[in-house]
Amino acid sequence: SVLLYYPMLKKRDDFEDILEERRTSSDLRYALRCYTPVLYKGVTPCKTSVLKSMVLQSDQLHYVINQVSKESGRAADDVREEASAILEEMAHSLQLSTVRFFAFMLSKVFKTLFRSICVNEEGIQRLQQAIQEHPVVLLPSHRSYMDFLLMSYILYTYDVALPVIAAGMDFMGMKFVGEMLRMSGAFFIRRSFGGDKLYWSVFSEYVKTMLKNGYAPVEFFLEGTRSRTSKSLTPKLGLLNIVMDPFLKGEVFDVNVVPVSISYERILEESLYARELLGVPKPKESTSGLFKARKVLSEDYGSIHVYFGQPVSVRSLAEGRVNRCQFNLVPRHIPRRPSEEIQSFVNDSAYRLVRAQEENMVLKPWVLLASLLLQNHHQNRAAGQKPGMALDELTTQAVWLRDVSRQYGAFLHWPGTVRVQSRFYEHVFNVSLCVIAGEQGGPGDPRSTVTPEEELLSQAVVVLSCASYRNQMLHVFVRPALLASAIHIASSNQKQEVFNSFSFLRNMFSSEFILCPGATVQDFEEACYLLVKTGVLQVTQQEVLVTERGHRTLAFLTSMLDPFLQGYQVVCRFLCEEDTETLTEKQFIPAVRKVSLCFSVLSSDLQKNALAALQRLGAVRKIKGYVGFHHPCVPGWLD
Amino acid sequence: MASNSSGGGSSDRQGIAQQRLRIIAGHLRGPVDGDSTILAAECKAQGSNTDVSSEGKTVPRRRQEIMKWNGWGYSDSRFLFNKKGQAEFTGKRYRLSGMIIPGLKDWFEGTFGANLQHKTPPTPLLTNTAVPPATLNEAFVEEVKSTGIPFSHDAEDRVFRAHGHCLHEIFALREGKIGRVPDMVVWPSCHNDVVKIVQLACKHNVCLMPYGGGTSVSSALECPPEETRSIVSLDTSQMNRILWIDEKNLTAHVEAGIVGQDLERLLNESGYCTGHEPDSMEFSSLGGWVATRASGMKKNIYGNIEDLVVHIKMVTPQGVIEKSCQGPRMSTGPDIHHFIMGSEGTLGVVTEVTMKIRPMPEYQKYGSVVFPNFEQGVACLREVAKQRCAPASIRLMDNEQFKFGHALKPQVSSIFTSFLDGLKKFYITKFKGFDPNHLCVATLLFEGNREKVLQHEKQVYDIAAKFGGLAAGEDNGQRGYMLTFVIAYLRDLGMDYYVIGESFETSVPWDRVLDICRNVKARIIRECKDKGVQFPPLSTCRVTQTYDAGACVYFYFAFNYRGLSDPVHVYEQVEHAAREEILANGGSLSHHHGVGKLRKEWMRDTISNVGMGMLKSVKDYVDPNNIFGNRNLL
Repeated sequence: SVLLYYPMLKKRDDFEDILEERRTSSDLRYALRCYTPVLYKGVTPCKTSVLKSMVLQSDQLHYVINQVSKESGRAADDVREEASAILEEMAHSLQLSTVRFFAFMLSKVFKTLFRSICVNEEGIQRLQQAIQEHPVVLLPSHRSYMDFLLMSYILYTYDVALPVIAAGMDFMGMKFVGEMLRMSGAFFIRRSFGGDKLYWSVFSEYVKTMLKNGYAPVEFFLEGTRSRTSKSLTPKLGLLNIVMDPFLKGEVFDVNVVPVSISYERILEESLYARELLGVPKPKESTSGLFKARKVLSEDYGSIHVYFGQPVSVRSLAEGRVNRCQFNLVPRHIPRRPSEEIQSFVNDSAYRLVRAQEENMVLKPWVLLASLLLQNHHQNRAAGQKPGMALDELTTQAVWLRDVSRQYGAFLHWPGTVRVQSRFYEHVFNVSLCVIAGEQGGPGDPRSTVTPEEELLSQAVVVLSCASYRNQMLHVFVRPALLASAIHIASSNQKQEVFNSFSFLRNMFSSEFILCPGATVQDFEEACYLLVKTGVLQVTQQEVLVTERGHRTLAFLTSMLDPFLQGYQVVCRFLCEEDTETLTEKQFIPAVRKVSLCFSVLSSDLQKNALAALQRLGAVRKIKGYVGFHHPCVPGWLD
Repeated sequence: MASNSSGGGSSDRQGIAQQRLRIIAGHLRGPVDGDSTILAAECKAQGSNTDVSSEGKTVPRRRQEIMKWNGWGYSDSRFLFNKKGQAEFTGKRYRLSGMIIPGLKDWFEGTFGANLQHKTPPTPLLTNTAVPPATLNEAFVEEVKSTGIPFSHDAEDRVFRAHGHCLHEIFALREGKIGRVPDMVVWPSCHNDVVKIVQLACKHNVCLMPYGGGTSVSSALECPPEETRSIVSLDTSQMNRILWIDEKNLTAHVEAGIVGQDLERLLNESGYCTGHEPDSMEFSSLGGWVATRASGMKKNIYGNIEDLVVHIKMVTPQGVIEKSCQGPRMSTGPDIHHFIMGSEGTLGVVTEVTMKIRPMPEYQKYGSVVFPNFEQGVACLREVAKQRCAPASIRLMDNEQFKFGHALKPQVSSIFTSFLDGLKKFYITKFKGFDPNHLCVATLLFEGNREKVLQHEKQVYDIAAKFGGLAAGEDNGQRGYMLTFVIAYLRDLGMDYYVIGESFETSVPWDRVLDICRNVKARIIRECKDKGVQFPPLSTCRVTQTYDAGACVYFYFAFNYRGLSDPVHVYEQVEHAAREEILANGGSLSHHHGVGKLRKEWMRDTISNVGMGMLKSVKDYVDPNNIFGNRNLL
């Protein structure tokens, strides 16, 4: 397959398939080969025991231990014991032998599951260089459990220093596997430890010690958890705060952050996610569960594209944004809540980095097809028409959309011709056709005993699976789409009017999409720029005008947001019609599900986001786990 | 050995005699303006019976008689590459004078990518036409003339007092570019002369700029281009007498124009010293030290200028400010000395100072310690400071400076010494396993009575050993300190071959020392690259002073500017960035160089709005018409 780049877009690197060599040479030899990565300024790797004692002896921990001891009246030694136990539970114990074991096993697994694993080698070279010059943080996107094994596998393949990876404690539940992951570089953190000063202190010192000394690149997921919807999640700031801290406090000259975009053609957990979103609970991570899941080995998951982005210097991000003198007056080892200036800096940086991940996500044709089919499905349903669309119409529309997405900067991976050429392709079509025909049951779901509820559920699974493909391209269109919808809603084409609607929509959807708080004007300008550049709009000082040929794009863009708008409407309607003044958050989701006939609103993700938006807009108030709402504030036009 | 500028005894005496001759000749010739040769007889008469100093003052009125007009120091002393391509240092004044320095060429070419074929010689002579004509305030000139105080508006005299030794100032002079210069120079001989000049200046609204030794590195002597009044440079160099020595209280009352080397030499003749030895002490003056809050190399024993001063007399437009007694400490509100110290010539002219003196040390011993790396070295200095056992001076050079110091070793006289050197090197790098690219060296100077010095020495070396330090001999130590005095000459050599550079300093808490050193050096390298410098720069540092709560750090920075169209601008941008980095890493705006005009922009952030207001209100009261209009500091 050939990669085509739209000439006016930023240059992106070429890919290399690393499985190709695996298919032709010995996996064993590969797993046992000489592995000699270069570290930061040539430091020698550090034994875990040394690392642990550095952490325990650090000024910061020393201070916090004394503080905790004073506050709680416990003996300092006692608190120190606890700190040491926390560290034991947390720390990685990277061992090359385990890595080699994984290298061997994963080679086998990957070759079965995937057609190819494509990596941009130039990105690897940049990373290699960055690791030698500065402490490095790797920030991969998170769509699958596979992500971090895949990352380490790739880095091992290219002889790059192996990262230590922040992993959720849930893995620890998996006996043996948890330990295996630990030995391959994972360290484990509790999901929540809000008020636990000691835990936070051990954790942050542990991460900083590794980072500052350059013992290993630190890897974590900015999104905090796997995205079940293929949309990027609102970034979590805790770890980013920690890794930026050594730079801000002058303990290192710079920290380089490398966004990594991992695009799966088909995610292993695909149908699992859809069910989870529909309220079928997530299975607890367990070793036996993992073995049961091995049936996935028999399926085709297409290819993976891993793009190592341009290293981002924290120093340049902070230039002119953060006054580093703020650390001059208090000893740096005394933990302090970050100032507002720093919080907003870290927050903006986080959004920037998530956008950098999104930007280099590779989109496959089915992402476009899924979008078109969903739109069609949606429109037909609304119009009460018979669902479905002709194959050649779909093809022509897909070609149109391909060109449009390229203009908007999408990183498309488009085979020479669109032909049904693989089992995988058939699968996508199956899914899609199910949507069109409104047929019961997806491809992986051949059960035939049908109650109406089950039928609805299986239809919803199909729609949500399809939506997760569409979601992959949302980042390309989200700003133009918000503008398109804003034009649609605005009472006139006065620029200010349009901006106000845009601003409202943007604010409402800011938990739904990656939209940096406070960047409304920039986003508006970016959207205007793109739509003007592509000939959809003419923007003057006063007015925003749609051009003759712009209507088609505009219609496409507005219908892209439609399912979300409708979903939010349903939530609002529900809240307005609900008799009780308050209800608990736990009751809320199933309650909304009951009233809704719109598939997208069945997704717990959308419901949570809608609730968050209403809260932000002041329509709903949260009272310790209860949701209270003010009817008059629900914006009128949503009804 | 307190004075580092002269060699053995006999040549010393000879040197003084020659100098005296030169000065007498200078007096005979006098400034171009014939009228001004009349001395203020009154002053001399008043002072003559109490003046304890012998003759032989270093600085003549016509500085050009002994000093370079476009570079550092004495005209007879400079580095050059001889026909064989070997570096040598000319003249007879320094230990290094007349010696060949075989390693310098390779170091120079290797470090900077410089080439002896690519020369950038300076404009040889000062052309008077390049100097803007003097705008004189005729009424003021007339009245000064009637007081009999010498003055001049000769172009050379004026140019000499229009600059300090910032890189951009020297670079411009070498190119023959002269900006705004003072319109006139006056040479008061005593406190009363200064009172008269200040009164006249107020009366006729002329701008006064005090001038001491001219060693400023903060653009403090630059004439503000926006100044429309006549600018008069008040050169204190002829107010250079020790008026009395009080052996009961161990104080000396000294005129503020005296330069460091004269003060020490003259006190030495009576068996005393102040122990105040800033690196510029050959040329910088007592008044300048007070006005900039100077610091001396041996402050660990003797203290910085604020510790040394007992009494200050300053002439301001509002009159003379001084305390009524010489009590060693007072609780009388904020110390008015602290308005004077660091005022950088914005409030008035310091005319007389009572300073603490000490008996000359019985015994001096240099020393040096090699550390495996800079981190260990800093840890050792920190421990020494913690135990409060710092020797008179302790300085830690980083690896680049260690190599630089090595390159400046003069040709060894015997095979035996070179054999010993080789053996030392072998011991440290091979036997002890120190990496020559990481090791660094601390230089030490002990002072006191012999027994205590030896005891002290042992204590310090014991601490050093705990941090992996190895004693590396007296020679290395002594050479380290000698380099302090010649390093300024080296910059002129660099400038002959496309290399420009400068040093700047800061003070920083102990926990920040390593971070600031690493980050500032890295920032310099990064900025040079970003600004298009074609060759990797020299970016190095040393810790030069230790305190209870922190240290003073010096950065040296130089680069080869071939291929740059505006090297000075690039240089200034990099220095600016480096200062930003210093401040972001918890360093101070200045430890002892002062603010001048170069670092003014950061003053508000440094001392807060209220702090600025306080200083401004003092200025507004003391000098409402901005007679002392050099516009430093605020």
